[in-house]
Amino acid sequence: MIHSLFLINSSGDIFLEKHWKSVVSRSVCDYFFEAQERATEAENVPPVIPTPHHYLLSVYRHKIFFVAVIQTEVPPLFVIEFLHRVVDTFQDYFGVCSEPVIKDNVVVVYEVLEEMLDNGFPLATESNILKELIKPPTILRTVVNTITGSTNVGDQLPTGQLSVVPWRRTGVKYTNNEAYFDVIEEIDAIIDKSGSTITAEIQGVIDACVKLTGMPDLTLSFMNPRLLDDVSFHPCVRFKRWESERILSFIPPDGNFRLLSYHVSAQNLVAIPVYVKHNISFRDSSSHGRFEITVGPKQTMGKTIEGVTVTSQMPKGVLNMSLTPSQGTHTFDPVTKMLSWDVGKINPQKLPSLKGTMSLQAGASKPDENPTINLQFKIQQLAISGLKVNRLDMYGEKYKPFKGIKYMTKAGKFQVRT
Amino acid sequence: MSSNSFSYNEQSGGGEATELGQEATSTISPSGAFGLFSSDLKKNEDLKQMLESNKDSAKLDAMKRIVGMIAKGKNASELFPAVVKNVASKNIEIKKLVYVYLVRYAEEQQDLALLSISTFQRALKDPNQLIRASALRVLSSIRVPIIVPIMMLAIKEASADLSPYVRKNAAHAIQKLYSLDPEQKEMLIEVIEKLLKDKSTLVAGSVVMAFEEVCPDRIDLIHKNYRKLCNLLVDVEEWGQVVIIHMLTRYARTQFVSPWKEGDELEDNGKNFYESDDDQKEKTDKRKKPYTMDPDHRLLIRNTKPLLQSRNAAVVMAVAQLYWHISPKSEAGIISKSLVRLLRSNREVQYIVLQNIATMSIQRKGMFEPYLKSFYVRSTDPTMIKTLKLEILTNLANEANISILLREFQTYVKSQDKQFAAATIQTIGRCATNILEVTDTCLNGLVCLLSNRDEIVVAESVVVIKKLLQMQPAQHGEIIKHMAKLLDSITVPVARASILWLIGENCERVPKIAPDVLRKMAKSFTSEDDLVKLQILNLGAKLYLTNSKQTKLLTQYILNLGKYDQNYDIRDHTRFIRQLIVPNEKSGALSKYAKKIFLAQKPAPLLESPFKDRDHFQLGTLSHALNIKATGYLELSNWPEVAPDPSVRNVEVIELAKEWTPAGKAKQENSAKKFYSESEEEEDSSDSSSDSESESGSESGEQGESGEEGDSNEDSSEDSSSEQDSESERESGLENKRTAKRNSKAKGKSDSEDGEKENEKSKTSDSSNDESSSIEDSSSDSESESEPESESESRRVTKEKEKKTKQDRTPLTKDVSLLDLDDCQYSCICTNENSRAASSNEWKRTSCPLFLSKTALHFW
Repeated sequence: MIHSLFLINSSGDIFLEKHWKSVVSRSVCDYFFEAQERATEAENVPPVIPTPHHYLLSVYRHKIFFVAVIQTEVPPLFVIEFLHRVVDTFQDYFGVCSEPVIKDNVVVVYEVLEEMLDNGFPLATESNILKELIKPPTILRTVVNTITGSTNVGDQLPTGQLSVVPWRRTGVKYTNNEAYFDVIEEIDAIIDKSGSTITAEIQGVIDACVKLTGMPDLTLSFMNPRLLDDVSFHPCVRFKRWESERILSFIPPDGNFRLLSYHVSAQNLVAIPVYVKHNISFRDSSSHGRFEITVGPKQTMGKTIEGVTVTSQMPKGVLNMSLTPSQGTHTFDPVTKMLSWDVGKINPQKLPSLKGTMSLQAGASKPDENPTINLQFKIQQLAISGLKVNRLDMYGEKYKPFKGIKYMTKAGKFQVRT
Repeated sequence: MSSNSFSYNEQSGGGEATELGQEATSTISPSGAFGLFSSDLKKNEDLKQMLESNKDSAKLDAMKRIVGMIAKGKNASELFPAVVKNVASKNIEIKKLVYVYLVRYAEEQQDLALLSISTFQRALKDPNQLIRASALRVLSSIRVPIIVPIMMLAIKEASADLSPYVRKNAAHAIQKLYSLDPEQKEMLIEVIEKLLKDKSTLVAGSVVMAFEEVCPDRIDLIHKNYRKLCNLLVDVEEWGQVVIIHMLTRYARTQFVSPWKEGDELEDNGKNFYESDDDQKEKTDKRKKPYTMDPDHRLLIRNTKPLLQSRNAAVVMAVAQLYWHISPKSEAGIISKSLVRLLRSNREVQYIVLQNIATMSIQRKGMFEPYLKSFYVRSTDPTMIKTLKLEILTNLANEANISILLREFQTYVKSQDKQFAAATIQTIGRCATNILEVTDTCLNGLVCLLSNRDEIVVAESVVVIKKLLQMQPAQHGEIIKHMAKLLDSITVPVARASILWLIGENCERVPKIAPDVLRKMAKSFTSEDDLVKLQILNLGAKLYLTNSKQTKLLTQYILNLGKYDQNYDIRDHTRFIRQLIVPNEKSGALSKYAKKIFLAQKPAPLLESPFKDRDHFQLGTLSHALNIKATGYLELSNWPEVAPDPSVRNVEVIELAKEWTPAGKAKQENSAKKFYSESEEEEDSSDSSSDSESESGSESGEQGESGEEGDSNEDSSEDSSSEQDSESERESGLENKRTAKRNSKAKGKSDSEDGEKENEKSKTSDSSNDESSSIEDSSSDSESESEPESESESRRVTKEKEKKTKQDRTPLTKDVSLLDLDDCQYSCICTNENSRAASSNEWKRTSCPLFLSKTALHFW
């Protein structure tokens, strides 16, 4: 299926190649560079590029293009999903996935890639198994390795792959047994000029960090499972229990993983926790424009909104902006025309605002569109959909684990049109 | 060839000699590159020395550097002899890196690569399954044609290995061998056939992949495994699921009749499918041509449904395309929610999913209408995503939602991304033609855009307006006048050409303006784009025909200019027009009809979706994404008129039949009604038990009675059935009794003989499941001997058996908590392997206790 993989950095250098079948010359990437040139922006490079003898499927993450070369028909999502899994694995192994890190760890990268695919077909993609096969590099281990001459390659057999729970490694032991669950909800919304909601939906995930000894069997139940409109599970979750009882029953992988992601449909009314008041105007004759934004809380269920950032792509005609924020700091990049304002916490008594003027290109006509405002924020201890975890039980092990649950609401793709 | 054998015989020494020789010749080459080259050489010398040192750490360092070179794409092939020596290294990391190197360069250094083969051959017999597997993996990755027979042998042996992991690797090796030597196809198909029967979820995905690559046309190999694959599907690893689902989609299209019927869309979607099944059944009884869905068809649709909740986008897409292609249209609606969910994912995933939604939304609008707002464009989306969303919005537009959509489009038109704004204008044009109510509104909106500052927007509007006006040759004189004025300012050639064409077409409606436009154009003719020049010529010709008094001289002037134009196309066109419209003695009969030719009614262009013709590709495929048939694309066949014999999927063999079919069903062509009632009960029982294996075991009780011979050659989970059937028997007891009776009648006395035979066989030949199968056999014996039998007796037997199996089962479930599950398994593997080592290839297990094997297999 997947013939070869090329890693290309933003300046167009191929800095790593790996072949699972016979070698494909790296000149095949020329077609990719052509497409890249045509697309002007990295984001617009088409993910599927046909060439006379091969097909190039690519993903772009962390400023690196991961280009897979394939020769015959294959579901494109299969390859794309796999490439994303590769990136996730690198991130999991090295903390960050960037060119220097990959270059530094080229041997581990190669070993991991070798295990992930056999003849182009995915073999081991579960991080628990991979980590047993090839240990991730840590500073301590590097030191130990240089002294003792031991290796990164596990000499243990990854028994997990052969068991009924291929996602969990065996023989897990912890002195403190803990299981943490983070319910994180993101609000995707488009707000129109007048402040009314055009579309809003909630996308949630439950990320877990489970450090439990042995083979625990967990069940997680919700107070209001009906809220979840559409869910997707980690493979460890038993479909049938969910179908019949709306209970999540699973043997967790060891460490961090995403247990569940869900969608609360747009049909339910979504409470929008913030509002933005704006007054942006360009005058036709003068070379100045007025700019004013105020952010305020709305339906926050008594919680504070923090980590607020406002970004906006200003029209090309804007030369510079002189603004004064009532709190936080702001920057304007005259080259990319990107305005960003780091607001911080919102104090309902004293609403943060950003006011000032824009200087426009002299003589140029006024831009016909007002910029869109993108908003980021965080609300701790709140799941905006109202989802609540009822209880977490553990079976199959004797000890009493420490359990923790955290709720958080964030802005996803939150846009305000002006 | 001779040199090959030479170096092979001489072994590594010879290899090195030739290698050095090559280096020597290359170093001799003069030129400035000399210095660079020698430093390279020196570096490699140093690596060679490290590889030959006694210390593992030095070797490891060297290997790491070499792998680094490979990763950067530098040539490290000259180190081959030095590296290959370390293939038998004790250090596992060195070994792995050597494998990496070997697989990369073996093709180039075939003779030297042969040196490593014996190491792998030895490892293939290793008692450790992982070593066996990795040896097979590397051996089959060495693309050296000479070792094809060795590979073939290794694959054959591995396909009968006790470890499913090794068998999985064997399935992978099949594809590798096939690409190396396609002549082995027949032999490989045999192996595939054997592996397809495998019950391990580990193997299923890989072997289907091999099947797809080697012999996708041998659909007959799937028949017997169809139900098993459907049932295993949920437990297969995600990548395997994708491959299996795609294969089963193709299979279903060849084996079942179409569930799509006229007026299907009108059916109520609200009911869940069990009900609608019953409904259908009732209805079809009354109809002339009854359609009842093959239960196997239903099985596939039902078993793939939970996979819509997979976290893997590829799996979700695979299920979606399966529903799209093979489920009744009323049921396909459930996929839209999951597809919309995928839109939250990465850019690349979005791109593919949106493409597929675009194709779907053309044919079945209703599916995605409720999710209209999910396709609204955000200013931060990349352009390609924006245009795809726009495409879908257009497809979904109807009378009810058009006003909301138009308001949304207005925002898009103002976007800073001008390419996107242009696409939006096209979209508005399409909406205007599709939905007659809003044509005028759209037209007015577009006219407003003509005063936009951005040229691209204006140009696009002109082009779209031209198309719209062409469709509605009503009174749009005002718009045309407005556009004529634009000619002074607009510079985009397509737009200019469009305006000229429009004026030409409607020259009788704007009698005052048209000649004036021609006058202006005559002035600027020489500096215009070719496209515009052609339209000027056309305009001149049309005016000449309708208003020759005013424009005769102008037209002749233009024709003269055109005559000496640099572009031959324009010269040709000029000549053509001159002959047609200017009367002279030579002009033929055609010039009489010149007016009809130039001013004929022209059919309006159809504004169509670019995704319209994509539906002949299977959704979710590469070919669909590119709209070109990709190499190796397998056509999705049309539904057959008459379903091929469904009994081919019935499995007579004990082992496989118990997967799904109640035994009686296989034998008798009973009515569809019975099919349903049975399968539904089946469904209930399987719902209650979470493990799919237990499902598979559920029918084994009767199977034992029906007593046909089992080809239990592998370490299959046959035994597990004996514990598990109790459950299903308890639940569907009555059903069982009935079937049992039917069986016993049907089979008659031959059973007892068969049973005995089988008993013997299993004693002699069988490996792991001696004891349990003898349990089954003995029970079957006892029954068949007491034949012909009254009903009460048979009931007694079942009860006895129930008791027995309960006893069997209860201690098991107590002892095996999830904690020791793996230990059990592991020890089982060990025992198996020990025994394997002890009695080499015959695998007669001697000591493994029944208890262990049962537990392990139960969970497998």
